[in-house]
Amino acid sequence: MTSSSQEPCCGVCTCGAKTDQKGQDRREFLAYTAGAMGVAGAAATLWPMINSMNPAADTLALSTTEVDVSGVKEGEALTVMWRGKPVFIRRRTGAEVEEAQKVDLTTLRDPQSDAERVKASSFNGQERPEWLVVVGVCTHLGCVPLGQKATDPHGEFNGWFCPCHGSQYDSSARIRKGPAPRNLDVPPYVFTDATHIRIG
Amino acid sequence: MSASERTPFKNPVIDWIDRRLPVFTFLNKEYGAFPTPKNFNYLWNFGAIAMVMLGVMILTGLFLAMNYAPSTDHAFGSVEHIMRDVNGGWLLRYMHANGASFFFIAVYIHVFRGMFYGSYKEPRELLWILGVLIMLIMMATAFMGYVLPWGQMSFWGATVITNLFSAIPVVGPSIVEWLWGGFSVDNPTLNRFFALHFLLPFVLLGVVGLHVAALHVTGSNNPTGVEPKSKKDTVPFHPYYTVKDLFGVTVFLIIYALVVFYAPNGLGEPDNYIPANPLVTPPHIVPEWYFLPFYAILRSFTIDIHLPFTSFVLISSKLGGVLLMFGAILMLLVLPWLDRSPVRSGCYRPWFRLFFALLVVDCLVLGFIGAKPPEEPFVTVGQIAAFWYFFHFLVILPLLTKFEKPRPLPASISDAVDAKKIVLLLALLLGVSATAQASESNVLPPHRPMAGWPQEGAFGTFDRAALQRGFQVYKQVCSTCHSLKLLSYRNLADLGFNEQEVKAIAAESKVTDGPNDQGEMFERPARPSDAFVKPFANDQAARAANNGALPPDLSLIVKARHGGEDYIYSLLTGFGLSPTHGEKIAEGMTFNPYFPGHQIAMPPPLQADSVTYADGTQATIEQEARDVAQFLTWAAEPKMEARKQTGARVVLFLVLFAGVLYLLKRSFWTRVH
Ligand code: FES
Repeated sequence: MTSSSQEPCCGVCTCGAKTDQKGQDRREFLAYTAGAMGVAGAAATLWPMINSMNPAADTLALSTTEVDVSGVKEGEALTVMWRGKPVFIRRRTGAEVEEAQKVDLTTLRDPQSDAERVKASSFNGQERPEWLVVVGVCTHLGCVPLGQKATDPHGEFNGWFCPCHGSQYDSSARIRKGPAPRNLDVPPYVFTDATHIRIG
Repeated sequence: MSASERTPFKNPVIDWIDRRLPVFTFLNKEYGAFPTPKNFNYLWNFGAIAMVMLGVMILTGLFLAMNYAPSTDHAFGSVEHIMRDVNGGWLLRYMHANGASFFFIAVYIHVFRGMFYGSYKEPRELLWILGVLIMLIMMATAFMGYVLPWGQMSFWGATVITNLFSAIPVVGPSIVEWLWGGFSVDNPTLNRFFALHFLLPFVLLGVVGLHVAALHVTGSNNPTGVEPKSKKDTVPFHPYYTVKDLFGVTVFLIIYALVVFYAPNGLGEPDNYIPANPLVTPPHIVPEWYFLPFYAILRSFTIDIHLPFTSFVLISSKLGGVLLMFGAILMLLVLPWLDRSPVRSGCYRPWFRLFFALLVVDCLVLGFIGAKPPEEPFVTVGQIAAFWYFFHFLVILPLLTKFEKPRPLPASISDAVDAKKIVLLLALLLGVSATAQASESNVLPPHRPMAGWPQEGAFGTFDRAALQRGFQVYKQVCSTCHSLKLLSYRNLADLGFNEQEVKAIAAESKVTDGPNDQGEMFERPARPSDAFVKPFANDQAARAANNGALPPDLSLIVKARHGGEDYIYSLLTGFGLSPTHGEKIAEGMTFNPYFPGHQIAMPPPLQADSVTYADGTQATIEQEARDVAQFLTWAAEPKMEARKQTGARVVLFLVLFAGVLYLLKRSFWTRVH
């Protein structure tokens, strides 16, 4: 079946292709065109299937959450869901804010000033650094750090402590110690009035 | 295979692998050099086509399963979620739903091809039996798949088919309860059907593997039915049949794509866009088209068979129908022993050929009858056709074996002339059968507005201004009674409203949210992500406010009614006529010749100037009806424009691809012809 007198018409096998050079060239051209179209067609068919796994339109539309924070007193915190993840809303005490502002940025793994992190909390042109809003997901491997309740461990830096692998966050939720690479993320949010936050 | 038989490959990587695991040697042997009769006609493409369709079904099904919720509360909604919100979900669902039909088309042609050319005969009996098993598994899979969208046809189809088993004497009822996992088709049934619908295709794949393995032992049959005698009679499978199969597959995919993109609901029943309701059976239940012949056979058995001279029922008509229906398929398993004529191909059997054509016609008649209501003359015709089906296999084929004098066979494949006529005949008959769709009723057929619909046709798009006007009609008139619960306010962006307008429209409605920190529910203005607020809290409240009649949800109304937007338009403009046949109109009802039964609980909803259009269009009843019908068409299928646009690209690509493949195929085959 595969005698050496036969010329290969593709890389893998041999077949009985035996015609003049012109026919051979034309056939090769057609074969490559067909091959390229086949690959393109298959890819274009697979794409909607793969894309169907991306977030659906209704999921994307749900990406805002409104929170009433009028009940949160100084030194207290609130955890709300946003896109299926916890968001920490903390009304910090004056001491906590001061502590966060004092930190020497050069000592930080992910340098960011406290003012930068609470910029979005201002309302009517008035800065309100007591409101810290961060996504409560450890930037290491996704656990939810402890520290929202008074009885929780707060770590060495008076913030949050991740029980999974021991990452420690300060009172501005910046990473200070442990394996996490980044500060807790600040989600997009605005105060729609003095006591309502819209996240997302 | 011993290593010494191996021919080394030039590519060192391939050779390295092949020396350790001879997959490439295997592929070359079975799909490369595999000697294949050189005289296949295009009917021999359908094995490959069926295989491709199986692949399409498994792939699309996998991704649909990721978004589907197999529970009676969520199944219908999750399918609509796929259609509306999942990226490309409408495409996956339409590919899958129509893919089932095209899979059956391919398999049925494949089966009839096997029957005509005697591909079931020695030594291919087992190959044939495996094929019949494949068809059986396919049918079970298709049946369970049709239940999953949990529409009215899903539910009642499932009820009817599972009840078939209750015909079995003594244990029947227990079997049916076991199938259901309860006392009716319900959540447990849906759950197990989903699990089995996911599993069976892989079983199918396994049996297909055996089918192909058996084929590679005996080699393919061919149109002459004469086994290849020398190398002159065969060509290597690759490239000759790889390229021919690819070409055939691509042509088939063009037809498939045309249906998926331009008539995706043409093969389905509108009733399946109505959520399952265990309390109401649709007036006319029909299975999917591919089951129609068997359904007709089931219904053809209408008498009880008594023990002679007693009133003891030996076989009830119910059991008889079920036995016949299953028998119609199982009989195929013994076909190799019913037809024992030594000549395989129908080309050389004049009488067989005639009766084969009759059988094909008979199956089409059965399909046609299956779609008709059980009334005369359809019952009698169906009985004759069902009788003939069995008569053909059980009497005619054995008789032909004995008495038919076949024409002389050619000495070899190379000497034979190919009969192209049979291909044409089969294609023609299948084309005819595709048009045998039934739709009959006692109501006035719906008509369309003078100006037609802008969304019609392969390139039709929605008229945004009309959609906005239609939405206004819905909001100011229809929405006092009818919900539109599959839509969210955010969808209105499609009508050309900007973000601020959508927000403002949403905020006009109040939704109940909560519980809040005090554990209480509270009201807030709706947001774009909220679903359209319903006029009534539940169905009971809706009935109470509407004279006992339930105003249907309008989200899918255009797809859920025969006639679609024409029906909506006709119904809305059909008030104000007086009964022509002296129908008595009941208290609180209104005459409308377009509504089944001619009386409708809905009072005439539209008046001239019911709304004031912002764009200055005169709000006549016709105008309002036309606008709202367009709006509801959009509401039923917001992705219609994307569908048609994608369709144009896909079809164009496939046509070009088929062209290239055809030229390639010809460039190889000129050497053989
Ligand atoms: S996930 Fe938080 S420390 Fe690893």
